[in-house]
Amino acid sequence: MRYVDEFRDADTAQAVAAQIAALCEPDRHYTFMEVCGGHTHTIYKHGLEDYLPEAVTLVHGPGCPVCVIPMGRVDDAIAIAEQPDVILTSFGDMLRVPGGRGSFLDAKAAGADIRMVYSPLDALKIARNNPDKRVVFMAIGFETTAPSTAMTVLRAAAEGIDNFSIFCNHVTIIPAIKAILDSPDLRLDGFLGPGHVSTVIGCRPYEFIARDHGKPLVTAGFEPLDILASVLMLMRQIAEGRADVENQYARVVPWHGNRRALEVIGEVMELRPYFEWRGLGFISQSALQVREAYASYDAERIFELPGVRVADPKACQCGEVLKGVLKPWECKVFGTACTPETPIGTCMVSSEGACAAYYNFGRFNRSHVREITLTEVGRS
Amino acid sequence: MTVEPAATSEVHRQHDREQEVLDRIERIRRRPARVREERITLAHGAGGKATHTLIEAVFLEAFRNPALEPLDDGAVLDLLGGRLAVTTDAFVVSPLFFPGGCIGDLAVNGTVNDLAMTGARPVALSASFVLEEGFPVEELQRVAAAMAASAQAAGVQIVTGDTKVVQRGKGDGCYITTSGVGVVDRPVRLSASAAQPGDVVLVSGPIGDHGVTVMLARGDLDLDADISSDTAPLHELAGRLLDAVPETRLLRDATRGGVATILNEVATASAVAVVVDEAAVPVQPVVTGACELLGIDPLYVACEGRLVAVVPGSDVDAGLAALQSLPVGAGAAVIGRIADDPAGLVLLKTGFGGSRIVDMLVGDPLPRIC
Amino acid sequence: MCLGIPGEVVEMPAEGDLARVDVAGVRRLVNIGLLEGQPLTTGDWVLIHVGFALSKIDEEEARAAMDFLEGIGQAYDDEIKALMESNIG
Repeated sequence: MRYVDEFRDADTAQAVAAQIAALCEPDRHYTFMEVCGGHTHTIYKHGLEDYLPEAVTLVHGPGCPVCVIPMGRVDDAIAIAEQPDVILTSFGDMLRVPGGRGSFLDAKAAGADIRMVYSPLDALKIARNNPDKRVVFMAIGFETTAPSTAMTVLRAAAEGIDNFSIFCNHVTIIPAIKAILDSPDLRLDGFLGPGHVSTVIGCRPYEFIARDHGKPLVTAGFEPLDILASVLMLMRQIAEGRADVENQYARVVPWHGNRRALEVIGEVMELRPYFEWRGLGFISQSALQVREAYASYDAERIFELPGVRVADPKACQCGEVLKGVLKPWECKVFGTACTPETPIGTCMVSSEGACAAYYNFGRFNRSHVREITLTEVGRS
Repeated sequence: MTVEPAATSEVHRQHDREQEVLDRIERIRRRPARVREERITLAHGAGGKATHTLIEAVFLEAFRNPALEPLDDGAVLDLLGGRLAVTTDAFVVSPLFFPGGCIGDLAVNGTVNDLAMTGARPVALSASFVLEEGFPVEELQRVAAAMAASAQAAGVQIVTGDTKVVQRGKGDGCYITTSGVGVVDRPVRLSASAAQPGDVVLVSGPIGDHGVTVMLARGDLDLDADISSDTAPLHELAGRLLDAVPETRLLRDATRGGVATILNEVATASAVAVVVDEAAVPVQPVVTGACELLGIDPLYVACEGRLVAVVPGSDVDAGLAALQSLPVGAGAAVIGRIADDPAGLVLLKTGFGGSRIVDMLVGDPLPRIC
Repeated sequence: MCLGIPGEVVEMPAEGDLARVDVAGVRRLVNIGLLEGQPLTTGDWVLIHVGFALSKIDEEEARAAMDFLEGIGQAYDDEIKALMESNIG
């Protein structure tokens, strides 16, 4: 596959890894946060950590939009799904997230009409094909996904589809990064910037990180070589005593973002005064809601929601994992009470959650295994 | 070329603490299965963890007997001075007709293949139908014709059956259950617990064709591609392999849950590590593309005409040649090997050269695939 | 969720926002409305996310990224070669 395969070449990876290692000063440790859940997933899926020297650690951040949805909002969505004639549509990842009374999958088994979709346009199609039903789309995601949701609402309006609405849980990335920077628990040397969010917002919003906090940020692509190249760019900045915003993913990310995408978000949505993030608490100006002008597409206005704030289970340490303070295996319930089949928290459910990634892909003694996988497979 | 900075004792302590956590998790994973849900969910039908838990905690608990315990594709009974293989399978695929075949082909080939995986020569099938009121007879005739053709190609007869009808809305068109019997004339003892360090893992062709075909045929996704189901009878292929390599440890056909599920079953049952080379696993580019778009790993996607075999390391060339001697095995490849450590895990050397594990499937990415 | 994959535009719409895009032989209709105002034609590559094209892939930048990586690769190969040569004799 073009623009994919060439960024997965193992030989080039060796070379980049050697350069990274060569830039490591003795007795110094480097900690970089990769903000985006997609990066977490790629790192584990391709076994990228095998290429990083011991002195470099990648810490997973809060950029997993499923992971930050509080339990109460899941309950609200289920309450909508349980209304008569409602079809709730959702991305696959949300289906197993536990709310206070179970997950979407549990609600579906108990009779609610909940369907998996791959695009908000699929949800609109369901609305078009089922005029006697009220179709609600569980809208989640950062600025990457918000424009697609907004475009779908505009399309619904243009076609006069009146049985379609969204339950808006879109969140924005900058407040999450600010929460990390303001957290006293963490010492970070730099950031791998969220590649696809940046496609929409561009690279300029990150300038305060370099300017005010003195940390370099490299907007990174999602193939394993993109990530390694970005780590190398961070190491070079540190070696040169610089703190700048750089764009490794320039083939996809325009420096100034996607003007049209930002326009459609602004047309349909506006910032909420505050929003609760699972594990991070209430953050002001960090999430989107539907504007008054599009009220007839806003599930929060159409349906009566319990709106109850559900406290996370005491055992759950998702917040600390999301902030990068704890590694997944350091969570007290990781792999024991909390597993992908029996998740307590969201980090274990989403394909981009750090705990799911580590449990499903990384749960082994890495140095031991490196010897095993390096031996040639097959005829010996 | 690599400059390794001196690892600090802090890093060592971290590794030790991590290892303690990993050990604790392994002990918990070995505990007896328990179903925690109150209701059946789609995950229970996916062929992954939930399915295995359900089978062990409900069915094995209730029915327990030596023939059932290994939970292989079919049971082999010592009977009438010989060995009889028995198996059963239900087919609930949606849609009923798709490129490369229909529910009828799956119903015959699926059961023929389960018998073949025990080392048996398939002899006869039963077929029971649950039909929904309103289901078109013309479609039923097409299904029956497909079953007849597949049965003939597989050298079996459908010798008995049953039909039930349920009211409109109580059954999705047509469900088929086939049971099969076969004779195990060879002295083979195939089992997921027979793998040994030094053995090699083979697959008979490109993976994931069936699952992706059915997903696209559903029409919900606005995806279209030139891909068809790989449904095919594998008894001849299995026979050739067992002739060439009588010491074959096990055969499994890769249906729901895909190749990854089989490898995990082997790793657990034999208490070995299965080390897979991702670059060696045959996948058609269009399957890779569809899986990337859908966010699914081809290792978990169902096939309906592919087998996974574990053979002794010394027999790998003979085994591969045997598989490649028939068109249905033309794309056969060596995909991995068995090691003794870390026991119970499936390790993947990624195309990128890094390592990760491949766990049992959780949830259900592709419902009603077969 | 950040799942974005590159695809090639194989058919532009006569009207409306849906273009046919090819990903490794799989074809799907993708909404190109977010690229309004940018020139787009068959043969162009776009980044697809949840059924929408978010960005047009810049071939020059892709080339530059590969050059950066290949440059490192070449330097590495040169060093290995030099090392091996220095060990001979």
